[in-house]
Amino acid sequence: MSESVNQQPVPLHEHGQRRPMKKRLWWIAISPSVWAIHFLACYITAAVWCEKIGEGNLRPLQISVGIYTAIALPVIIWVGYSSYRNFRRGDPPVPYDFDDPTDRTHFFGFTAFLLSSLSVVATLFTVLVFVLVGSCD
Amino acid sequence: MKDPRADRLLKAWETPKGWRYWSAVNNSEVGLWYTLTAFAFFLFGGVLALIMRVQLALPDNDWLTPDQYNQIFTMHGSVMMFLFAVPILEAISIMLLPEMLGARDLPFPRLSAYGYWCFLIGGVFVCGSLLFGVGPRGGWFMYPPMTTEYQDGIGPDIWLLGLSFIEIASIAAAVELIVGVLKCRPPGMRLNLIPLYAWYILVVAVMILFAFPPLIAGDLLMELERAMDWPFFDVERGGDPMLWQHLFWIFGHPEVYIVFLPSIALVAMMVPTFARTPMAGYGWIVLAAVGTGFLSFGLWVHHMFTTGLPGISIGIFSAASEAVAIPTGVQIFCFIATLLVGRVQRNVCLKFILAGLATFIIGGLTGVMVAIAPFDYQAHDTYFIVGHLHYVLIGGTIFPIVAGFYYYYPFVTGKQLSERLGNITFWLMLIGFNVAFFPMHIAGLMGMPRRVYTFPGGMGFEWPNLISSIGAFGLGAGFLVLLWDVFRPKGKQPLVPRNVWNAGTLEWSGEVPDQPWGIRSIPIINSRYPLWEQENLRADIDAGNFYLPDAEEGRRETLVTSAVDAELMQCLRVPGPSFLPFWAAVFTGGVFIFSTYHWWIPAGCCSALSFATIVTWLWTGTAEIPEKETKPVGLDQSLPLYVSGPAAVGWWAMFITMLGDMTAFISLVFGYFFYWTVHEDFLPEQWNGEPVVGAGTIWPLVSVGLAVVAWCAVVMARRLNRGNHSVGFYSSSLLAVAATVASGAALVWGPYSNGLDPTVHVYSSTTGVLVLWTVVHLALGATMLVYCIARRLFGKMDAMHDADIVNVTLGWHFLLLTVAITGSVLALFPWVA
Repeated sequence: MSESVNQQPVPLHEHGQRRPMKKRLWWIAISPSVWAIHFLACYITAAVWCEKIGEGNLRPLQISVGIYTAIALPVIIWVGYSSYRNFRRGDPPVPYDFDDPTDRTHFFGFTAFLLSSLSVVATLFTVLVFVLVGSCD
Repeated sequence: MKDPRADRLLKAWETPKGWRYWSAVNNSEVGLWYTLTAFAFFLFGGVLALIMRVQLALPDNDWLTPDQYNQIFTMHGSVMMFLFAVPILEAISIMLLPEMLGARDLPFPRLSAYGYWCFLIGGVFVCGSLLFGVGPRGGWFMYPPMTTEYQDGIGPDIWLLGLSFIEIASIAAAVELIVGVLKCRPPGMRLNLIPLYAWYILVVAVMILFAFPPLIAGDLLMELERAMDWPFFDVERGGDPMLWQHLFWIFGHPEVYIVFLPSIALVAMMVPTFARTPMAGYGWIVLAAVGTGFLSFGLWVHHMFTTGLPGISIGIFSAASEAVAIPTGVQIFCFIATLLVGRVQRNVCLKFILAGLATFIIGGLTGVMVAIAPFDYQAHDTYFIVGHLHYVLIGGTIFPIVAGFYYYYPFVTGKQLSERLGNITFWLMLIGFNVAFFPMHIAGLMGMPRRVYTFPGGMGFEWPNLISSIGAFGLGAGFLVLLWDVFRPKGKQPLVPRNVWNAGTLEWSGEVPDQPWGIRSIPIINSRYPLWEQENLRADIDAGNFYLPDAEEGRRETLVTSAVDAELMQCLRVPGPSFLPFWAAVFTGGVFIFSTYHWWIPAGCCSALSFATIVTWLWTGTAEIPEKETKPVGLDQSLPLYVSGPAAVGWWAMFITMLGDMTAFISLVFGYFFYWTVHEDFLPEQWNGEPVVGAGTIWPLVSVGLAVVAWCAVVMARRLNRGNHSVGFYSSSLLAVAATVASGAALVWGPYSNGLDPTVHVYSSTTGVLVLWTVVHLALGATMLVYCIARRLFGKMDAMHDADIVNVTLGWHFLLLTVAITGSVLALFPWVA
């Protein structure tokens, strides 16, 4: 499978183009990290609210979570979108196993795109709790 | 052997003989000892399980006393998790990873050896306690207040200190593996080409780095409570046992994936070989590994659903527990897809892989069930959970490891295990396992509680338990056959051909029997399955046509490459055999073991000896100035022998270690804010008639100011050293040492002058532990500076060769952060609160 793919020439026009994640391993960790920060922020806010302040009315807590989400989701989606553009550029063939910096970048882009998609789902899962659960207990 | 280069190489990598064999530090020897020791602990844990099953075979059985049963179930869990599941992954990785990456060894072989000896000493100490009837009895999770107030004796101390010791060794292995994967790959092996095993191990090692420190922090708190009466978990003095549960499970849930992912990594190496095709969905598997690694840190509260936390918090963790099923499932689909597109070769290995996947899926599905809080309320603390967790761990971890035994046995010994015995083993284990653990789900749903030494007759528990006990012995018999197969004499059995499974990855390029050099010459890699896809590769490796085919100076050397694209950076000289790691581990072990019995004088002596041994090890074995700056490594390429800063493996090790260290510190800070969150009276003026005081405002801030001065002086010292200003370097370093000592003194003076008594209330003890942690780190920071001064004085560090001070500066960045956080929390937060 890979041998036949390897025989195809690498699209040379890509070498000169700007590549957002170039040599950055940490690029693939951005989206899940944003999920983690969002998750932690929601958990801490909920814990402090329910222990220290909240009786009955969850609206302020829901608004806070809404604000966190309004920051987190666009970041994840932006990372996912630029990763998508990055790995689709030049319509490279899967499985991104050329010995070539461009294909390494395709691979990073593909992985970052998948991780961003997973992070979107996981973030929405967290948000859903605040939509569906109406009280601290 | 005709080639004189090969002779020299062989001599450099020769395994020591006779009693000096035990001074070996090479990954093949240490990896083998590690694997065998972990397997021995596994068998011990298995025997404990069988003893429990005998006890539970019949109702109202009094074969074991409740106390014996408590010790046995505690040790079964602790041994399986801490002495088998985590160490076996480190063992297998130490043994295999360098071979998969075409490296001669991991970058810090003596650290691996030190980790191994720590593991052996700690493990024997913890297990030995059982033989004297003083083993821990609080379950593998050691919940307070049971373990702090209701259990006398030294059992919990043995658990806390013995296992902390092993956890430190695990973090050492994590450092080794992260640096190994990122910096010791063969030239050309970009990150999109590395074996999937390396991806998984990278993720797992990073997880260890962030998961183990919270437990170490928890161990520290609980030991301080037990030994010094600091009331972290004592409700009467403002403490809260829930903090332990948080810290334990922040470790404990990622731990499940820490033991699962490396085993599934073995599956990811075996499936392409047996399907005879590259893995389908390489990128998807990387998604699964990295995604699981992240999400697994958002699950810990699902072990605490019944502790009375706010429903909304439970909801968040329930949602994350469902989300983690997505990446976990993705990799299983990839394996199935690969097997479907390939031409599958059937053997015992593959049977174990398939059985493992099927079993894990069943365990995973019951996992999704118990992640739903209302169901968990019903199933919590019943045998349903015991059934669930064994399906996950045996399916996800044990079966793949047994498959790995069959697969990699020829790699280690040159001989093959028997297919006939393998089939017997397989069916005994598969049937025995299901017969043992499936009925536990039913017993659990009928209401049978876990961790109770017997059960009454007439409640319907008799048959499920008897069947479970019979199945457990079937499973045990399977392991007995495997044991016989592994250790039976194989003298007459012929050696296997090279690359016996016709695999595509680099670890199979070695000769049979394998030579101690790891690989004859380090190849250039440009594909994921080099043995399948790169023509003539093995012949070129054998002919020494690639890098480092020689050891002209008789030194052990390997290549260091860049983290992403594996471009050549350095020829790294790795240390050879030495007893230093062994003695360092013996003395470090002494500190922990003697402390358990409160024998402070021997513990202090061991501490001094351990310090002296480790300094000798660092002094003689690290950052050595080479006799020449560069050396030819083959293929007309010359590489530097000495590098410092981010190019050096030592810098990476320091960075990674400090990340782990920071995580433990943040866990303690989390404790401070946890108490503030859950208690209205976290900062009382008085408690039980005694004043409750903190560190005050001024002195913690003075401490931060002095730490800033020290940090500036350290950064200056690094610069002055690089500019070769001797006097400037010494003055700046001495200023830094003085400011560090003053910073520590100021931090202690605050609480001391206020008359702080850590035993009065949890606010005082939390302040005390933050001060203690920071002062110990300041002392380490000062010691490192004195070390650098001595290095330069004795000509072991100069302007060109400055790795020591560069690494110490890096450590100091983290130290400054530690002091700044401690100082500002202690001084300012009481005002905010």
